[in-house]
Amino acid sequence: MIHIGNMTRRFASLTAVDRLNLDVARGEIFGLVGPDGAGKTTTLRVLCGLLDPTEGAVSIGNLDVGKNLDAVKDQIGYMAQKFGLYGDLTVEENMIFYSDLFGVTGQGRAELMTRLLDMTRMSPFRTRPAAKLSGGMKQKLALMCTLLHRPQVLLLDEPTNGVDPLSRRDFWDILYQLAKDGMTILVSTAYLDEAERCHRVGLMHKGRLVRCDVPDALKAVIESMSFAAEAEDLRQARHTLRQVPGVLDAEPAGAQLHVYLESGVKKEDIESRTPGIRLWPIRPSLEDVFIALIRAEERHAGN
Amino acid sequence: MNFRRLRAIFRKEALHIIRDWRSLIMALAIPMMLLLLFGYALTLDVDRILTVIYDQDRTPQSRALIARFEGSRYFEITVRDGSYHDIDAGIDKSEVLLGVVIPKDFGRRLEQNQEAPVQVLIDGSDSNTASIAVGYAEALLLAHGAELRDESTIRRGLGKLKPPVDGRIRVLYNNELKSKNFIVPGLIAVILMIIAALLTSLTIAREWESGSMEQLLSTPLRPAELLLGKLLAYFVLGIADMAVAVAIGVGLFGVPLRGSVPLLISASALFLFGALCWGIFLSTVTRSQLLAFQASLLTSFLPAFLLSGFIYSIENMPWLIQQITRIVPARYFVAILQGVFLKGTGLTVLWPQVLFLAIYMVLVLTLATRKMRQKMA
Repeated sequence: MIHIGNMTRRFASLTAVDRLNLDVARGEIFGLVGPDGAGKTTTLRVLCGLLDPTEGAVSIGNLDVGKNLDAVKDQIGYMAQKFGLYGDLTVEENMIFYSDLFGVTGQGRAELMTRLLDMTRMSPFRTRPAAKLSGGMKQKLALMCTLLHRPQVLLLDEPTNGVDPLSRRDFWDILYQLAKDGMTILVSTAYLDEAERCHRVGLMHKGRLVRCDVPDALKAVIESMSFAAEAEDLRQARHTLRQVPGVLDAEPAGAQLHVYLESGVKKEDIESRTPGIRLWPIRPSLEDVFIALIRAEERHAGN
Repeated sequence: MNFRRLRAIFRKEALHIIRDWRSLIMALAIPMMLLLLFGYALTLDVDRILTVIYDQDRTPQSRALIARFEGSRYFEITVRDGSYHDIDAGIDKSEVLLGVVIPKDFGRRLEQNQEAPVQVLIDGSDSNTASIAVGYAEALLLAHGAELRDESTIRRGLGKLKPPVDGRIRVLYNNELKSKNFIVPGLIAVILMIIAALLTSLTIAREWESGSMEQLLSTPLRPAELLLGKLLAYFVLGIADMAVAVAIGVGLFGVPLRGSVPLLISASALFLFGALCWGIFLSTVTRSQLLAFQASLLTSFLPAFLLSGFIYSIENMPWLIQQITRIVPARYFVAILQGVFLKGTGLTVLWPQVLFLAIYMVLVLTLATRKMRQKMA
């Protein structure tokens, strides 16, 4: 449904997105995860035609974004990081405004609005000015505004940024509902726990897609690389470990160290070189995976 | 261009304007305030010139001259039996503009049919007012002299002497020579320019700053629709401002409206549209409300005030400045307003000005649309 083919976007000397390849299937929730400046927002902007790619091409449902921008706009719902709700307009007025822009009117609009308001449990707030909504409700209103023209593809740029955990779960429940009905969703996030809710996750770092897989597989890959270590002097142990070839990184985690090894390196190899430090496998969280993969990426880039 | 999307933008902007009642009141009150302030304060008329008389002569002849000063509406005698000291001190403190000194032998010289000089002292620091005051004083003394001469010739049975040249002056238009009549129409142009450019200068920048522009760009909305929808909303407000200004000008200041009202309305609409486009253009270029506001203030207020010919006559400006005024739209609108209000001139005379406003509008509109069409970065 979404195809990104060897896409690069540069701003002057900065390469925001570097030869990105990505395909997202219909009905899939794909999570784009990475720190600030990883190129997530640029990727989404290129997908909805706000930016042109410097190289490569992107298409939405077989339509090339560069060539058929108008047709593409009808197919996608884009929710920018700072969604442009108008605070002085009510929930309903915001929805009517955006549906007017997409040419959605009449009976169909009224029914869809009612359905969306019910689904998001926002009906009681129809006439409230958007400025007086809570953060979570604002995000739900923004989502509704992007759904009014019945798009096939949703592009969400950090949709739950700054929203409380409960509202975030609420928001994700709506996304699952939409995906079940066949909506393709590409969502960027800086929250790793949120990435675990996606069907597939792509880790972005410095404009490149470091790894792309289902959350569990990503963890499995990294499971063979992730260990915990205990030592009397954590600082000293960390210093020692980081000197050993084959160790990607050692990060303090509570009373332990989390140690990441290059793939293929066995824990016995390390233990033999660091007397007094014992390693045992851990079940990594996505956060661990993320750190390990980025360290590996940096190591490769350095070499 | 899609009418539904245009209407959606127009409706949204109208809601912004109505809901933000503080700005709405400002938009309507500022023109009124400016008009009242300038209309009352900015007068170029010189009357009630504060005058000190130093009568050294104290004869019936000198008193007759003083009576003439007192009788004129242009002079107000503050001190009747002053001295050089009163005149000096008064001028120093700006309490006195004019001093008239009648020398000791004034009456005697008149009786002997000799030339009788009178000294007039004037504060020349405000050169404009001073030269007008001097003109009034000269005219008064001349008239007085002529009357005295007539009296003496009549007494001698020779009858009234006819002056060799008798100018019959008739003032066309503004025949009371009230500067208000001249200032107020020009003022309307200045106010409209400021208000229009300021109002719209914020509107596109606000969308960029709040992030809603990115959202709008991802919809099928076309730049021209966004631009025109916003323009139309502010256009309604601008026309309301215009109506308020004209009502105050005619109703309160009694400026005559001699020309065609349809011409006035259509020329104003043209000018207003151009000014609104200018504000939008600045807003699009700067993408920052603060910058756009400052830029529009600078590029609308100063040229409209100084270079439009609304007070400062363009003919008296240096050649280079005169050429610059040619690209100031307010200049043409001021000419149209003064023509329509005071002279009742029509399109047959004013078409070049109207044509310029039309060209200006199209030019700025095109420029703004071009600029809008650009992508995010």
